[in-house]
Amino acid sequence: MENRPLEYDYTVAKWFMLSTIVLGIVGMLVGVILAWEMAFPAVNTIAGSGLAEYTNFSRLRPLHTDAVIFGFTLSGIFSTWYYIGQRVLKVSMAESKFLMFLGKLHFALYLLVVVAVVGSLLLGITTSKEYAEFEWPIDIAVVVVWVTWGMGIFGLIGIRREKSLYISIWYYIATFLGIAMLYLFNNMEIPTYFASGGIGAWYHSVSMYSGTNDALVQWWYGHNAVAFGFTVPIVAMIYYFLPKESGQAVYSYKLSLLAFWGLMFVYLWAGGHHLLFSTVPDWMQTMGSVFSVVLILPSWGSAINMLLTMKGEWQQVAASPLIKFMVLASTFYMFSTLEGPIQAIKSVNALAHFTDWIVGHVHDGTLGWVGFMIMAALFHMAPRVFKREIYSKSLMGTQFWIQTLGVVLYFTSMWIAGITQGMMWRAHDEFGNLAYSFIDTVAVLHPYFTIRAVGGTLYLVGMLLFAFNMYKTMTSSRRVEESELQNASPMGA
Amino acid sequence: MFHWLEKNPFFFAVAVFVVIAFAGLIEILPNFAQASRPVIGTKPYTTLELAGRHVYIKNSCNACHSQLIRPFKSETDRYGHYSLSGEYAYDRPFLWGSKRTGPDLHRVGNYRTTDWHENHMKDPAAVVPGSIMPAYTWMFKNTADIDTAYAEQLTVMKAFAVPYNKELPMADGSKVTVALADTVEGARASALEEAKVIAVDMKDQDVKDAVAAGQVPEIVALIAYLNSLK
Repeated sequence: MENRPLEYDYTVAKWFMLSTIVLGIVGMLVGVILAWEMAFPAVNTIAGSGLAEYTNFSRLRPLHTDAVIFGFTLSGIFSTWYYIGQRVLKVSMAESKFLMFLGKLHFALYLLVVVAVVGSLLLGITTSKEYAEFEWPIDIAVVVVWVTWGMGIFGLIGIRREKSLYISIWYYIATFLGIAMLYLFNNMEIPTYFASGGIGAWYHSVSMYSGTNDALVQWWYGHNAVAFGFTVPIVAMIYYFLPKESGQAVYSYKLSLLAFWGLMFVYLWAGGHHLLFSTVPDWMQTMGSVFSVVLILPSWGSAINMLLTMKGEWQQVAASPLIKFMVLASTFYMFSTLEGPIQAIKSVNALAHFTDWIVGHVHDGTLGWVGFMIMAALFHMAPRVFKREIYSKSLMGTQFWIQTLGVVLYFTSMWIAGITQGMMWRAHDEFGNLAYSFIDTVAVLHPYFTIRAVGGTLYLVGMLLFAFNMYKTMTSSRRVEESELQNASPMGA
Repeated sequence: MFHWLEKNPFFFAVAVFVVIAFAGLIEILPNFAQASRPVIGTKPYTTLELAGRHVYIKNSCNACHSQLIRPFKSETDRYGHYSLSGEYAYDRPFLWGSKRTGPDLHRVGNYRTTDWHENHMKDPAAVVPGSIMPAYTWMFKNTADIDTAYAEQLTVMKAFAVPYNKELPMADGSKVTVALADTVEGARASALEEAKVIAVDMKDQDVKDAVAAGQVPEIVALIAYLNSLK
């Protein structure tokens, strides 16, 4: 006879599910607006020329990246943590009033930061550093949010019943530590108001690093924010949700060990590939390039481990849209982690850097891997959290194909755009003069920008279908019994 | 060992931290020991230029324009001499960018003029047919924040010994001093003097009127900054 199962408390997980969906829609909507602005510049003044300051490309661009990274993705990470953490540590948040309070505080503070970020970016209050645009007051708030989360993680680990930490927990711990270290060092800045004795804007600050050093720290951060925001915690999710949903054991423990420690060691070195042919010392550029190629090993280690977990059960991919999402996510992960190292090879980078190919690479990773995995995670969690079946399986299938088409349109058009422009920039005529003026290389991109905007719009449509499906799941779907929640998630027609 | 680590979260976390911190220590610290030194001819920003740099950052110009000329013939043909580390010695933050939706701007001051920028920022497609850059009309109305630029100058002078009010050697053998006012009122006055020089070459009557009335519109500061990029 089994003991009565623990009653896990999913309150905080639910809240973060909601913020994942809402901020995902916001971030992707802004992205779609940006994509149309590049294809048709008139969209820049879509809200009238009076509001153009707040709707034009350059003001919105940081809002897009930050909303999808720190809004959608981070909410997804938090949400899955508050779900997976309890289950693999075999302890309920309800068992500790303190941890429950920390979790709720975490969410409340997080929301405050989100509001502050949206407001300040729209007003143009930014440090200009990519994915670290926030000025010092927000930076301090971010640190508080992060420490709150960290206390929650280690608090829950402290009262765990299952003594051995499951693979996913390794990755969550690494996410917490990695981002903490990177964020702190990259945002070292001096508030000018206080340093100058009360002159100027109180929120303004100046970086402690200058020029090349600043670039070095920024891309050590920027690259590894991708590592610890878009890779490590998403791997945590797939290590939990794919085996759970499919009822299969993880293919190889040894491979997961190799992939984890390999990823931890190698990833940080690769930041230099953002600075190839720049003014940082040559040996760092070479290290960045070499380690980027080595990075294929641990990345593919995880991805292959996941795909082989499905060994002998491939019919599930056809049968379940949820499995489809996860299998395609790890496929895109493999694809993206092969493409990245190729772009980090110096001769390729000479062509690809500064072009749309890089943008395409980012998006096959984020849309294909991060986005699909987070939505799959939320789909899997919904029946267990809300005790209702997923509202519509066919809608899930529709969403899957619309979004897959969107991603494919996105990255193929950006490949062509990037390589075309890169080739045109370097083309010389027979006399050794530049063959094209800069604007020639922009005008040629119009069709690809348009295709990209269509691709992005399709992905957003899929996101809206996802939100609708989740809403119906929460509110009006058939109620399910605990016995239906063993492996494959229950789905309505 | 790994089984043991997986049962001991504290040591597990320490192990992870050591493994991830390792690369940063080796890659980043050496370059800091040899702090960014300016090349001959590099000077700190004046108050108006720095205010213009803030306008540049406020509108994320760096989202579409790089300031990093790579050492390739195609780039030096198009933009001028490739970038040198020391030229960025006074750039806090650096503004290399990561995407060239528009052309590089690291030496834009060598080949564009005040009136070119004025026309271009008002209606980019009128100056460069086919341009997809949006117009930045609000910069002609918003007032630049001179005080904050001055506060930043004071801060970097105190904290990082940026050489304001000191003779600096130029490439042609001459000496140049970038003056920094003692008071915020003095800084406003000197920024206005700089702004007047720019406004003379501009056509927009509102901008001219504003400068005459002692105001510095954002566009004037931005152009001062762009003209300083050489």
